[in-house]
Order: sequence, then structure tokens, then C-alpha cells
Amino acid sequence: MHEWTPTEMMTVAAARLLHDECVCFVGIGLPSAAANLARALHAPEIVLIYESGTIGAKPSVLPLSIGDGELADTADAVVSVPEIFRYWLQGGRIHVGFLGAAQIDRFANINTTVVGDYEHPSVRLPGAGGAPEIASSAGEVFVIIKQSVRTFRERLPFITSAGYLGGFDERERSGARGRGPTVVITDIGVLRPDPVSKELTLVALHPGATVEQARVATEWYLRVADDVVRTPAPTDAELGALRALRARTAQAHGVAVADE
Amino acid sequence: MKIATLRDAIAGLVHDGDTVALEGFTHLIPFAAGHEILRQGKKDLELVRMTPDVIYDQMIGMGCARSLVFSWGGNPGVGSLHRFRDAVEHAWPRPLALHEHSHADMAARYEAGASGLPFAMLRGYVGSDLPKHNDNIKFITCPFTGETLAATQALRPDVSIVHAQKADRRGNVLLWGVIGVQREAVLAAKRAIVTVEEIVDELNAPMNAAILPAWTLSAVAHVPRGAHPSYAHGYYERDNAFFRAWDAISRDRATFEEWMQRHVLSTEDFAEFYASLSAAAPAGLRGASPVRRLGAAS
Repeated sequence: MHEWTPTEMMTVAAARLLHDECVCFVGIGLPSAAANLARALHAPEIVLIYESGTIGAKPSVLPLSIGDGELADTADAVVSVPEIFRYWLQGGRIHVGFLGAAQIDRFANINTTVVGDYEHPSVRLPGAGGAPEIASSAGEVFVIIKQSVRTFRERLPFITSAGYLGGFDERERSGARGRGPTVVITDIGVLRPDPVSKELTLVALHPGATVEQARVATEWYLRVADDVVRTPAPTDAELGALRALRARTAQAHGVAVADE
Repeated sequence: MKIATLRDAIAGLVHDGDTVALEGFTHLIPFAAGHEILRQGKKDLELVRMTPDVIYDQMIGMGCARSLVFSWGGNPGVGSLHRFRDAVEHAWPRPLALHEHSHADMAARYEAGASGLPFAMLRGYVGSDLPKHNDNIKFITCPFTGETLAATQALRPDVSIVHAQKADRRGNVLLWGVIGVQREAVLAAKRAIVTVEEIVDELNAPMNAAILPAWTLSAVAHVPRGAHPSYAHGYYERDNAFFRAWDAISRDRATFEEWMQRHVLSTEDFAEFYASLSAAAPAGLRGASPVRRLGAAS
């Protein structure tokens, strides 16, 4: 039954969405794992950009931090942090911004700042990093996040980075340049925004997952597409490449990688 | 005081109450300088740093900061900064005022400071709640296109401190690899201190290299391994095991204080600090045997 873990399934599902012509601005953790899996499999020419200024990084192991030496050693170019955000991100050269998140709402807005009141938070999260400008400037945004009632929230305590804000055309009117989050990949399935309302809609379920399971793991009443498809199970090649990547990473860092 | 000891540089150039930026974007983090600030008991500092990671966790936990200007506060690849969280969530050991931005903004603010401009401008914060909680983030209308853009105050630290690979004997500094926002931070500051891995006769830098000319710096100090447990490209690697071990050390107030007392406050300088970590082995804090130790624990 459990030939792969939910995290492996979501990583594989995310990797399948990336292709060779992509210039992808990658966050650390799950986005980086998925992007490098795509590079190992079907997208060897994908351009990975990390906010540490490494352009065209081709790491053989997953970086633990956003500025690991491996990224610089394997990059086509290493530029300063001001430059990466100016010329490359705000300059409109990024096709896909690939983000993780602590919490997300039905319009794919993202919170990575606080749980509770900003001035007196119950949990202080790391904060924005590059995400607000990635979310607004990248051509489109992919979000990868484990789905549960703690992460899929009816109301976010704080919007760090904009998805579709209040839905419908609110994002377009906000001045954001990119199209916004076009897909959300979870450990249960895949969600895409409704073309009109922009509300996240479950469009695919991973093998073994159910609509009921997705609804239980969502604080709001989750919209489900009429024609939900089944995510193809990970192939041996996909699982083999992912596990090899993780094994190399574990050996290099001396531990299991952070995304598990 | 161009080439100086780190002790003299910190004593002479960092004052209580100063706005102090220690930069280094996961690479070349000036740990040695942060420790020396703690040893000298500097207080009421406004700490500035895009990514306040373990070095600022240590400084915040020791109570030397009144406020923090930042854009991402975590232990990269590991999780929370427990001392930072304790300060924000429980005001321990003292309240910490936050001035929170995004990376693109912080980078632009340093650029504006280095450029002698009053504010930075970026296509930023669209739809974000951050501007509601930070009076330093405003919006302006482009006089040419009518677009709305974010404007934030330039950063002009009293002191910026960075670590680099090399200096020559006159104090010209060369750095390479992930150079982050270090040049901008130095050029934005009123005073600047650089610690370096080595001092050489000739830098032999390629044209267009990242150079900080001696005359832009207040002091250059020779501190080998001064970025440990972060890394110095071409010299030593990031000690990932330490960053993981920090999670357990910093989780508990007493454990944290005991560790800081033993390894930082009770050591004379960074060389002694580094030696004390080896002495503290089973913890394997220098990554002596991280595979077995941490692998078994997870």
C-alpha cells in the first residue's frame, strides 16, 4: 500500500509541472526538492534561480540554506542580492515563482509571518523573505504546502504575500504583474483557482486520497471540480531519482533533508 | 586604525545604542564580530540584518538588542529561531521592537543608503499586510506612468560589519561567491568593519571583482574562520550540523545561557571560542561526525 510517502507524491506531482523552458525562482525546502527532481528527470535545461543570487544553479544535492556553496559552485552566474531582486525578479525574467507557505486561504493568499495578532503573536513565523515580490512579479506562482486544517485557513491572521486577495479581479486591480498562484500542490491533491472567482478548487487527487479527506483537511468548505482526476502514481524512475537525490543530500549534510 | 584587532575595532567603532548591521546572506556571516560585541557588553543596539539567523538569535537572546530590522528570521533549513521567538512572543530577556520588511525591500534600502538617496523604491508589497505594521513602508505614484510603487526609507547604519575572504596589507578587501548585500551594507554605513580569512600581499583580484577599497572601511581585522559556523567560499564549508544542533541549544533559556557563557563570554576571542567547540565534542558541534550523531537522533 505505502510504496511512497505523501511527501514523495507531492514532490513528484510538483516536479511534473516544471519543464525545460522554465526560468524558476525557487524557495528552499519542498520547492527546491521538486525543482531539482524535475531537473534530474524531464527538465535538465530548467533554469533555477535562488534568491541568494545564484542564477542557473545545478546542485547535485539539495541545499540546506538558500545560499549554500553548492548553489554558487554550480551556477551560471552569481549576482548580488539587490541585483537578483531588481533585474531578474522585478525585471520580469522569472516564469515561475515556486513558494512554500505556513498557511494559505481559499484565494491562495499566503501567510509566513505570524499566527495570532501581529503585535502579540502566539507563534512568530520567519517572515516574508523574498515571497511578497516573488508572488507579485513572477509570471505565475506555484505553491507547495501540506494540507491540514492548520494550514488551509478560512481567514489568515496575516497576508504576507498576495494570491488573489478577495478573489475575482481583485488581484488584477492590485497592480500585481504576474498571474498569481496558478496551482497549489499538496500531499492530498492539486488545486487550481476557479477561472472567474479565483477560489481554489480541487482538480486532482493523489492515489488513495479522497474528496472527504481533502475537505476534512481544509478549514473552509472546499470546492471540488466536477471532473476531479487521479494523479498518476509516481513511476519507478521518479521515485528512484527523488530517493537518490535525498540520499545524496543526506550524505552531504549528515542528516535527512528538511522537507520530510 | 585600518588593520586592527577585532577587539579594538568593536571597542572603538560600535557604541551602545548604535544601529548595527551584520550582513552576509548565509555565506560569510560575521559570527566572530557578533561574539565580540557580546563579550564587550554592548547594549541597546538596533540590529539590522536581512536574515537574522543564528548569530542574531545569540545576540537577541543575550539581550543586547532593543530592536530588529529584518526580512526573514529563521534557522535556514532547520526551523525557528527560538531566542528570537521568545523575545517577540514573551519579551524575554527584554522586549524587542520589530521593523519588518521583505528581502527585495531591504536590499533596495541598503542600495538607497549607499547611493545617498533618501528612500528606496520597488514594485513591492502588493496586497501584503506588512505595510500596515511598518510606518517605514509607504506608497508613491510614479510621476511618469501613474503606477503605484512602494517607497521605504534608506538604510544608513551607524556601523556595518561583514566578513570577507581576503584583504591586502593596506586594507583593500576582496570577497566572492554569494556576496549578498555586503557591498551595499558597507557603503551605506557611517562606519564599516570587515573581518577577513587572511591578509595577503596582493589580492590578485580579477577585473570587476567585488572589492571594498580600504578607504571605504574603518577597520579590517584578521579573524580566520570568523564566519564559522557559516562558510567562507574557498576556505571552509557551512557547518550544517551546528545549525541543526543550535535548535536544541537555543530551545531552553537556561541551556542557551549556559552555552553562551561557556563558549562565548568565557572565551577570550574567536580562536578560543572555536577551540572550545572542539573541546565540547560529543556534541560534534563542528560537524566532526555529524552523519552518525544527528542521523541517529532523527
